[in-house]
Amino acid sequence: MSAIPYSTAAEPWVLPSRGRVAMLSLIIGESAIFTIFVVAYVYYIGKSLSGPTPQQVLDVPIFNTICLLSSSITIWLAERQIEHGRMKAFTAWWALTMVLGIVFLVGTGLEWHKLIYLDGLTIHTNLFGTTFYSLVGLHATHVVVGLCMLSLVLIFSLTGHVTAAHSERIQVLALYWHFVDGVWVVVFTVVYILGR
Amino acid sequence: MADQSVPIGGALDLTPARPEERASVLEWLHGWVVTVDHKRLGMLYMIYAIVFILVGGAEAIAIRIQLAVPHNHFLSPELYNEMFTMHGTTMVFLVGMMYLFGFGNYMVPLMIGARDMAFPRLNAFSFWMSAFGGLLLYYSFIGGFGLYGMGAAPDVGWWAYAPLTARAFSPGHATDYWALALIVMGFGTLGSAINMIATALSLRCKGMTLMRMPLFVWLMLVVSALILVTITPLTAAQIMLTIDRYLGGHFFDTQAGGSATIWMHFFWIFGHPEVYVLVLPAFGIASEVIPVFSRKAIFGYPAMVAATVGIAFVSLGVWAHHMFTIGMTSVGNTFFVLSTMLVGIPTGIKIFNWIATVWGGKIRFKTPMLFALAFVFQFLIAGLTGIMLAVAPWDWQLHNSYFVIAHFHYILVGAIVFNLFAGIYYWYPKATGRMLSETLGKWHFWLFLIGFHVTFDTMHFVGFLGMPRSIYTYEPNRGWNDLNLIISLGGIIQGIAVLIFAWNLVQSYFRGKEAGNDPWDAWTLEWSVPSPPPAYNFATDPEVHSRRPLWDLKHPEDPDWKYEQ
Amino acid sequence: MRLTIRWHGPRAIRPIILAATALLIAFAAPALWADTPNPVPSIFSPESSPAHSIFGLSIFVLTITGGIFLFVGGLLAFAIVRFRGREDDSSEPPQIYGSTQVELAWTVIPILIVVVLFLTTARLIFAIQDAPKPPDALDVTVIGHQFWWEFRYPKLGIVTANELHVPVGTATFLHLLSADTDHSFWVPQLAGKTDLIPDHPNDTWMKPDRTGLFLGQCAQFCGVEHAMMLLRVYVDSPEQFAAWVKNQQQPGVQDAATAAGRHIFETEACTNCHAISGTAARGTFGPDLTHLMSRDTIAAGAATNTPQNLYDWIQNPNQLKPGALMPAMQLSDAQIDQLVAYLNTLH
Repeated sequence: MSAIPYSTAAEPWVLPSRGRVAMLSLIIGESAIFTIFVVAYVYYIGKSLSGPTPQQVLDVPIFNTICLLSSSITIWLAERQIEHGRMKAFTAWWALTMVLGIVFLVGTGLEWHKLIYLDGLTIHTNLFGTTFYSLVGLHATHVVVGLCMLSLVLIFSLTGHVTAAHSERIQVLALYWHFVDGVWVVVFTVVYILGR
Repeated sequence: MADQSVPIGGALDLTPARPEERASVLEWLHGWVVTVDHKRLGMLYMIYAIVFILVGGAEAIAIRIQLAVPHNHFLSPELYNEMFTMHGTTMVFLVGMMYLFGFGNYMVPLMIGARDMAFPRLNAFSFWMSAFGGLLLYYSFIGGFGLYGMGAAPDVGWWAYAPLTARAFSPGHATDYWALALIVMGFGTLGSAINMIATALSLRCKGMTLMRMPLFVWLMLVVSALILVTITPLTAAQIMLTIDRYLGGHFFDTQAGGSATIWMHFFWIFGHPEVYVLVLPAFGIASEVIPVFSRKAIFGYPAMVAATVGIAFVSLGVWAHHMFTIGMTSVGNTFFVLSTMLVGIPTGIKIFNWIATVWGGKIRFKTPMLFALAFVFQFLIAGLTGIMLAVAPWDWQLHNSYFVIAHFHYILVGAIVFNLFAGIYYWYPKATGRMLSETLGKWHFWLFLIGFHVTFDTMHFVGFLGMPRSIYTYEPNRGWNDLNLIISLGGIIQGIAVLIFAWNLVQSYFRGKEAGNDPWDAWTLEWSVPSPPPAYNFATDPEVHSRRPLWDLKHPEDPDWKYEQ
Repeated sequence: MRLTIRWHGPRAIRPIILAATALLIAFAAPALWADTPNPVPSIFSPESSPAHSIFGLSIFVLTITGGIFLFVGGLLAFAIVRFRGREDDSSEPPQIYGSTQVELAWTVIPILIVVVLFLTTARLIFAIQDAPKPPDALDVTVIGHQFWWEFRYPKLGIVTANELHVPVGTATFLHLLSADTDHSFWVPQLAGKTDLIPDHPNDTWMKPDRTGLFLGQCAQFCGVEHAMMLLRVYVDSPEQFAAWVKNQQQPGVQDAATAAGRHIFETEACTNCHAISGTAARGTFGPDLTHLMSRDTIAAGAATNTPQNLYDWIQNPNQLKPGALMPAMQLSDAQIDQLVAYLNTLH
């Protein structure tokens, strides 16, 4: 045997975690979808031929935004708790994250109720209506999907099936939730600040 | 051997022999429906793609019969418009996207020494979503008013420009079938892409750094990353279209201030990278076949990787070269001329590297290599006609003419389908344990080559003579008659060749020569396992030290890892 | 002010262009030799300013790409022949893994080619798209419909359909609009195509240098009868054009002999879509028929303008052009006869 063997005995073979890679890939793909809706929104600012304008009907949803962005903090805290195996604290922070998410959704619902019934703005009314409900609605849909997944984890946690061994998976899921919050920062800026 | 420095799993098959129990037909079918095995799912993708290449091909033959003579009455205008829309949509989505995941799912785990894809259940879900989406698309023929009136199959062109797709101009369900079927397929595609990325990054066997992966795996990794930002804009645009059609939205409603051109931008932001998504796996196949049949390593592996990544990035910035005639500013047009010409550079680098691989080799002219060599030659021509189209003022003449159809079929058929055939002839023995017939393969190759050139070379000229695309008939006094007849005859020849191929696939399964592990004397990991591979792929996890682990094993005095850059 | 584009490329290119043109004549021959009244609409037989300059650039590009094809294709062909393996030879050839110098060479040279192609292209884009409009230019507004062309000459007070008349030697600037879906105006011998997109006006121009009839058709899929949205451009001498304009400016002919037909026209809902100046008809959904008999074809080129074709068209448009938006008005044979007689007077 003249070839000198390349020794690999000592070196560890470390590859990225497949869950994290997959979730990051999903986030990239979803970002592309959101980008297209944001581009449409921005392109059509000021181009409506009629109907209520953003300045006339949009109130800046400060409270809602604080709730949703805080939920990123609470879920981060939950991630830290499960790493150390403190399951009760984990469940508490996790539940609080969900509550904040639900408050956000309720707030969005109330906002839409006002826009539709008081201001007469629907997806059909004008370009602003079309792009507003599509973009905010797309985001809200992602919040709903996120809440579904969070509630599954909550149920498993309350029934005692979640342990510190699952902390990696929890972090992957939390990535999604952070993404949803990140998207809201963009949507909020574009719709309630730039567009008004 | 005890002192083997490069143990390759699979050479030791530790499974005890077991007599096969005959499964009932239902059990056998059930096995295929619930499978999460990447090899079975890969086969399902390939069978799906082959079935729909026959269907899409039949649609093409129908189109060519209608156009063989002017003022023909073989197809009504409505039916013709459905035929060309469905032909394009079928070939891009139900054949193109499916073949690439077929090859990818089957080969990537084997090539990286893994047991399966990163997420086997996601793999199954993605396949069945994509498959269902395609069937939904075809249901449109019998949906609506039923088979006699050819139902409500999409008839708005595969690009579905607004406002033709608005309810006002397309009141039936044709557009809805198009949008919804593709949204559903899009979810499947996204799932497969995520799976492929996670597999390539997280499941490589020991020693297989990124720069030691087979080029086919690299291409699949880059394609999957590209898919993440390519298919998703289409999904977004189709959601917007559906909102317009059903919720009264105004995204593309020019009467309400909406924009027809923004659909074009969104569609081509998808559409252009999409064609690179379709062709990159074909490059990957060529980069596996050409070295083996030239008996040399691929020339310039790092350059090939860099060129691939370069193509993926640049391809995201060229989309408006499909829109040179819509009235963009001269500055806008000029930008897209530059970006489009730039994408030709990494593409050219690949062609040169393939030629350099063949150079100095000892070429074996087996069927896979015949198709791969024809691919290089045809891809060169396609790239050059692409440069012609990139010259915007010339594009103002060539756009939407038969010259463009000739150009993109040179890629889709001349590059992609030729490599699809090369890949199947190359890897069929691995998947089935049987060789495809070389005799039938050569008949298939030569007939298809002749038919391809008769059709698509001629098509360039009828484009020069001013014939636009998407027309169900043409005037007899414009000098297009003879050329159209020739084009149609070439189509028939290609059809015969593909039927020979289909027959080869079927008869070789039962009567083909036994293949063994490594019929081609190749060098990547998939050739170290039995044909077909056992369910678990590798008995022990392989460990590699170079790009060609089997070369190292077969040439211990001259291993690759001594020379690789 | 003259509006022409001239090629100012490097001198050495000229003999190469000559050789390339000779090759091109081989397959473009039918088109080059083509003559009126029905020439082949080849992009390689330009008869107007922008088409000429596009042709010049295309020959330059063909020459370069042709050279690349011969060189690279030649290398490939040579390699395939020279490096064939022998059946009995199972030894492996020397393994060459790559070469940085070679990679650099075949990266740099293509970049240089791209630079040359890009600069020549950019120059022509600006020359054509941003060409200033000469003061004596003719203005025509083109409105695309499913499946016919409306032409308006705003400064001359003319409205017509499907057959465009322009004078030779002067620039005609076309303002392109759409009434419904996307269309594209393409007459290959006169100019590159430009799209007609609703709510997105576009402009293009041509400056034909010989008289004659030039053919084209809609080049953006617009629906069922996209294939039959044909174009006829008549490039007239100054006298012919002046005569045509004068005729088009007249109101519709009022011939007492065909009063019955005119009465049918005005009462059988034709006026909902069509206009005939000098009558009560003011419809804009369909073509203006004031000078129908000055046109060689009907239904946007789907049929020649003969009384029999006109009869068939009115009786059932979908027979001639399935999917055309003109409905069959369920008129009796006698009614259609009278109608056709009336329309036949509209010169």
